[in-house]
Amino acid sequence: MRLEVKDLRVQYGKIEAIKGISFVVEEGEIVTLIGANGAGKTTTLKTISGLRPVASGQIIYNGEDISKMPAHERVNLGISQAPEGRGIFPGMTVLENLEIGKYSRKDRKNEMQEDLEKIYSLFPRLKERSSQAGGTLSGGEQQMLAIGRAMMARPKVLLLDEPSMGLAPMMIQNIFNIITEINTVLGTTILLVEQNAQQALQRANRAYILETGHIVKGAKASDLLNDPAVREAYLGTGAHS
Amino acid sequence: MINIRDKGAAIWENWGRPQRVAFAVILIAVVGLLPFGGNFSFTSFLNTPVSSYQAVLVYPVGMFVLMALGLNIVVGKSGLLDLGYVAFFAIGGYTAGLLGEYTSLNTWEILPIGMAAAMVAGVALGLPTLRLRGDYLAIVTLGFGEIVRIVALNTQSLGASTGIAAIPTPPKTFGLIFDIEHSNSYFWVVLIMILLVIWMVRRFTVRRPGRAWEAIRQDEDVAILMGVPILKYKIWSFSIGAAIGGAAGVIFASKTQYVAPNEFTFNVSVLILACVVFGGMGNIWGVILGGVILAYLPERIRFISNARQLVFGLTLVVIMNLRPDGILPRKKREKLGVKNKSVKEGSDV
Repeated sequence: MRLEVKDLRVQYGKIEAIKGISFVVEEGEIVTLIGANGAGKTTTLKTISGLRPVASGQIIYNGEDISKMPAHERVNLGISQAPEGRGIFPGMTVLENLEIGKYSRKDRKNEMQEDLEKIYSLFPRLKERSSQAGGTLSGGEQQMLAIGRAMMARPKVLLLDEPSMGLAPMMIQNIFNIITEINTVLGTTILLVEQNAQQALQRANRAYILETGHIVKGAKASDLLNDPAVREAYLGTGAHS
Repeated sequence: MINIRDKGAAIWENWGRPQRVAFAVILIAVVGLLPFGGNFSFTSFLNTPVSSYQAVLVYPVGMFVLMALGLNIVVGKSGLLDLGYVAFFAIGGYTAGLLGEYTSLNTWEILPIGMAAAMVAGVALGLPTLRLRGDYLAIVTLGFGEIVRIVALNTQSLGASTGIAAIPTPPKTFGLIFDIEHSNSYFWVVLIMILLVIWMVRRFTVRRPGRAWEAIRQDEDVAILMGVPILKYKIWSFSIGAAIGGAAGVIFASKTQYVAPNEFTFNVSVLILACVVFGGMGNIWGVILGGVILAYLPERIRFISNARQLVFGLTLVVIMNLRPDGILPRKKREKLGVKNKSVKEGSDV
């Protein structure tokens, strides 16, 4: 499993949001895309999962160009996304939300119980809330549900769009710990989009910095974490502090 | 306000299979005997002043309920706002008219053809338009409903403005005579169709198509991310709804023995949609109740002639204010979820 984006361009009408970016996610890695609001992070994820059409360029997954493939088929290949804003089905219970995460699996009946156990052990809170409507959960619980639901599809690559958005610091720690656990224990490859650069760089193996549709830098996450220019721009702690 | 839906559901949940079967049999028997409901002095209040009560039970009551159930699959279950549902009713009606005039097929043979014709129209309309969302879909379907009517109005072989007359009634079946004197036979046919649709919708709801529709209705993008082929399920929803509308059209044509463009106006689409919304979108029992009330009430109050529409409109406004989710809304937790949606983006733990 290897995900490669090659010279990708994405447009909203006449406006080009992604202006030819290339990056690689190797098997077993956590790779993060960081950048400010409007840099194109979410658009990039949506294009990989197929919600946005590609203007030009390629998305290569396992050696196959999937850039023209319908979104629901990409899920079958093992690309699963926890969308921005969590995207919980508010009128479905927690359990129903998790069940629908298995929609793409052919063997869903046999896998269901096993995977529910797995998700509940990652997120014990979801088990307590299993019969509650998704819309009644707190923001942190909804984020857990969004990640858990994406994991139900047994993804090879998990795309996470701003999992820390709108959460309290304690909960952010909690969510990132679980993300790391999913990567190390379950071996799931993760592409993480974040504005919380500090957390993202601490957790990731490698990182790319996105600025208004361009990748301006790509390096090991730990190097970027110590790069004065990056600290100045994205971590709010410049060299002088 | 007491929640009738939850009360009813709780009683139903507590019943064992024999009780449920007994209840269903009694309910079907009572509804089946409705045409005789006006015969006794203590029930004579049911009788409608102008058209005969038995005829009213077929059209509009039975037809509205059937069509509302069909439209509910599209609007209530999958969240696709279809403002041109009358088109499928018309296609069913005209299929019955044409085949009745030019072939020797009887109504029962025409019925599946009419449904198939409406279904094909549903797919033809759905393929290009179901990629649209919300308001855009509503506008295109509205246009489609009008186009079908205007094409009929301007096509000589469809009788133009005079339509098609002398459409044959169904043959005598199981001892039941179908003609203008025997409205009850039609009522029982419509009742059987309604029961079939209820059975089908209930099956779907707990299975994959139902789950897919529910996901599409709540959040289309996320449904895609779950691997739901949304276009496929939207087209299924649309064309199943269309087939039911087509079936209603065939029965309607064979009952009135006459179809004309002015039977298939935008008004019908709106009224059927009103049945769905008024009764409780997504909940079949609510939709049925909505259909019964919205079809029966205007007939029952015909004696006040001119003020009739005013009273009808006022009733709608008052009830929609008292019960904004319809008389029997779908499960309550849905509402909780929607309420919560506004704070979804907010900052909390």
